[in-house]
Amino acid sequence: MAGIAVSTTINGDAVEYLCQPDETLLDVLRDRLGLTGAKEGCGTGDCGACSIILDDRLVCSCLVLGAEAEGRRVETIEGMAHGDTLHPLQQKFLEHAALQCGICTPGFLIAAKDLLAKNPDPTEEEIRFGLAGNLCRCTGYDKIVRAVQDAAIVMKGA
Amino acid sequence: MNFDPRFSGRKFASVGTRPIRPDGIDKVTGRARYGADFNMAGQLVGRVLRSPHAHARIVKIDTSKAEKLAGVKAVITAADLPDLTDGDAAMYDVLDNCMARTKALYDGHAVAAVAAIDARTARQALKLIEIEYELLPHVTDVDEAAKHTAPLINDAIFTEGLEEKPVKPSNVTKRSQFGHGDVHQGFGQADFIVERSFKTEQTHQGYIEPHACVANFSSDGTADLWVCTQGHFVYRQHCAQLLGMEASKLRVTSSEIGGGFGGKTHVWAEPVALALSRKAGRPVKLVMTRDEVFRASGPTSATSIDVKIGARKDGTITAAEATLRYSCGPYAGSWAEIGAMTAFACYKLDNVKTVGYEVLVNRPKTAAYRAPSAPMAAFAVESAVDELAKKIGMDPVDFRIRNAAQEGTRSSYGPVYGPIGIGPTLEAVKSHPHMKAPLGKNQGRGMACGFWFNFGGQTCTDLNIGMDGSVSLAVGTVDVGGSRASLSLVAAEELGIDYAQVKAIVADTSSLGYNDMTDGSRGTFSSSMATISAARNAILILRERAAQMWDIAVDDVVWEKGHAIAKGEKHGNLGKLSLKEIAVESGKTGGPIAGHSELVADGAGVSFATHICDIEVDPETGATRVIRYTVVQDAGKAVHPTYVEGQYQGGAAQGIGWALNEEYIYGKDGRLQNAGFLDYRIPVCSDLPMIDTQILEIPNPNHPYGVRGVGETSIVPPLAAIANAVSNAAGVRMTHIPMSPPRILAAIEAEREWSK
Ligand code: FES
Ligand code: FES
Repeated sequence: MAGIAVSTTINGDAVEYLCQPDETLLDVLRDRLGLTGAKEGCGTGDCGACSIILDDRLVCSCLVLGAEAEGRRVETIEGMAHGDTLHPLQQKFLEHAALQCGICTPGFLIAAKDLLAKNPDPTEEEIRFGLAGNLCRCTGYDKIVRAVQDAAIVMKGA
Repeated sequence: MNFDPRFSGRKFASVGTRPIRPDGIDKVTGRARYGADFNMAGQLVGRVLRSPHAHARIVKIDTSKAEKLAGVKAVITAADLPDLTDGDAAMYDVLDNCMARTKALYDGHAVAAVAAIDARTARQALKLIEIEYELLPHVTDVDEAAKHTAPLINDAIFTEGLEEKPVKPSNVTKRSQFGHGDVHQGFGQADFIVERSFKTEQTHQGYIEPHACVANFSSDGTADLWVCTQGHFVYRQHCAQLLGMEASKLRVTSSEIGGGFGGKTHVWAEPVALALSRKAGRPVKLVMTRDEVFRASGPTSATSIDVKIGARKDGTITAAEATLRYSCGPYAGSWAEIGAMTAFACYKLDNVKTVGYEVLVNRPKTAAYRAPSAPMAAFAVESAVDELAKKIGMDPVDFRIRNAAQEGTRSSYGPVYGPIGIGPTLEAVKSHPHMKAPLGKNQGRGMACGFWFNFGGQTCTDLNIGMDGSVSLAVGTVDVGGSRASLSLVAAEELGIDYAQVKAIVADTSSLGYNDMTDGSRGTFSSSMATISAARNAILILRERAAQMWDIAVDDVVWEKGHAIAKGEKHGNLGKLSLKEIAVESGKTGGPIAGHSELVADGAGVSFATHICDIEVDPETGATRVIRYTVVQDAGKAVHPTYVEGQYQGGAAQGIGWALNEEYIYGKDGRLQNAGFLDYRIPVCSDLPMIDTQILEIPNPNHPYGVRGVGETSIVPPLAAIANAVSNAAGVRMTHIPMSPPRILAAIEAEREWSK
């Protein structure tokens, strides 16, 4: 079957690929482009492990088609650090041990980045509801919430 | 060198600090490679066809159409996995579970598999496989299955452990019994008795990463397997046995693992992927979907438990008894047995008896889930203990303190305890500010205790010192939640060097001797012991090399704070040599410096925890909210306290989900109704409060640093603690878990009816 040609921007770089009409953006990122940072925990929009930012909007990439990325801006976990300088959220996740197995971490970092972009000074409750679309089975969320709170303070000071 | 594992009471420099984990950067940048993140050139996509029936004979499988589809490279059925288990009944069950042989035993049971050039072709091929089933009556409920009239799942099974060998087959595979004293007499001395029956529903471990592997079978008879697992050495043994290979010809590399909690201790897809690769002659990647994870992997037992406890007016328990029925899925297990062992392990009892029954049902094969079997038993027992305290008119904490097991107590499952933490956790809870905090309207407070054994087991570790003085530590226990950080701390501690100088990795099965699974809370316990032993062996060599460099006797060299020091007046001006200084010269003094260790880590200390929680119940809807939660647990010694806290919090959160929400729901047709995260809802961030932790450190006498396993006990008390809190808030005793809103509402309404 002929593929669909897509031109898009991923983490600031122009990228072109061919994909099938029924192929998700998550599959394109992982299987065609080698960007395996976004994870597939469910494939049905329930776990948030595949979170990416599409034109400033947080989405589950398992619910977006690869063809839909045409002409848009995609941000993935691979683009979060600047060179070897970690984003404050990444740094705080490490310091607070906000990850155990780490499979949910890319999704949480992307979701938290989106949350803080829209609400730089969230309350604990706003963080909890803001991240309610991301599942973590290891941590009980305590250290994740604290890491986001701490990162928010650092980012406001910056 | 003989290794002395006894607790030494040393002062720690590294252990107990909280550095950043060595695998951290890769995990926050998306670079860490999990099961599904690995690919090989020419790799095919594997997919599994699963039975839609709960119980059915497989009359015929026709794969010819699928084989003819362009792009399909291999189709396999049970015929491609011949029985090589040679009378090993447990392995035969594993084989049958990987691929149904004569009968499909549950909705989701694998019946065939394909390997194709892409996912779309593989999916199409599955649709072309034709299977003729003869439907058989099924049973999914544990109590129904235990009845004489229930459909038989395996007519070759006769209940073991009965006084007389039964004449008829049964779904009850085994009876086991524990205890001591005379419960009949004990109940005779009781002033108060509580007797109740409880049920818990089946839950899944719920790891976010589905099972995934890449198998590469080479034409020379060797194979490689990349897989997310809690025990790559065990996977190697099992896969090699099932495929008829020598273990040494199969190299298994454990990927980063995205959660396991006991659920990644069994092979499911791996032998299938290897068989597909063998047949296709190409690498095969097999990743389960979430639906498959729920339908075919995991889950824990559903249970039905009767408890009876009696006590005197003064609060002394005189007798305790429990009958526990645990579902095993369609294959024999020892789940009720473990439940029967753990049920009363927190208490000092003169008369105690527990009986466990293993029950077959048409559900997926039960797998371990964090302190497997203990949470359900604790739910039943700790609920009854609370009720009994109330009857006597005693505070529930004081009642437990009065009856808590101590050093020297003979446990309900047999052994006599060494130093243990149940008393201290209860005392800590008694004086915890949480216990005194005021409660609001419709809120209730509950507390409960929990016990878990902890395992040790076979462990092998290598410690290599580079010529630049850096240390690489190769361990064989999979890191499920930060153990590389903890083990690096231990190596740094023993060698007397900086944490940053040590890098720990998990070695593959061809690079290190055999290691048991990371299960039974053994990862940090056993590998830290092996790391200490390996480091001590390395220190011996470091001292020898220093002696050579100084040209003095090795007995005159001691190792202190990362340096060789010449001992005695005659060497007064020799100064000291750092690990690095010795390592730099190693090429001239005898070559590489390394320490190796292989041991069976005995003496994993038992572990206890006590939890407190406050729950608000909406009396109109039955909805609940967790207001506050506190975990108090003995860690022996917390090597990396942050990750210990993480284990406490994670276990509590899983327990909260189990207590309030999570359950497998089967339809009348025996099909799983909620095989996805939307309908099987695990706690999300907005469901939970912060989870407070208090780490107690009662050293394990059988570990040089006093370490105990910490990974599992935290899931044992929550079911009971929350049930006690809900019961206090709603004014009615809850006996069925999960306490979902409809169940709570029904209990409240029944109580209202009754008190009219
Ligand atoms: S994989 Fe996209 S939400 Fe779970
Ligand atoms: S750290 Fe394992 S799922 Fe979040």
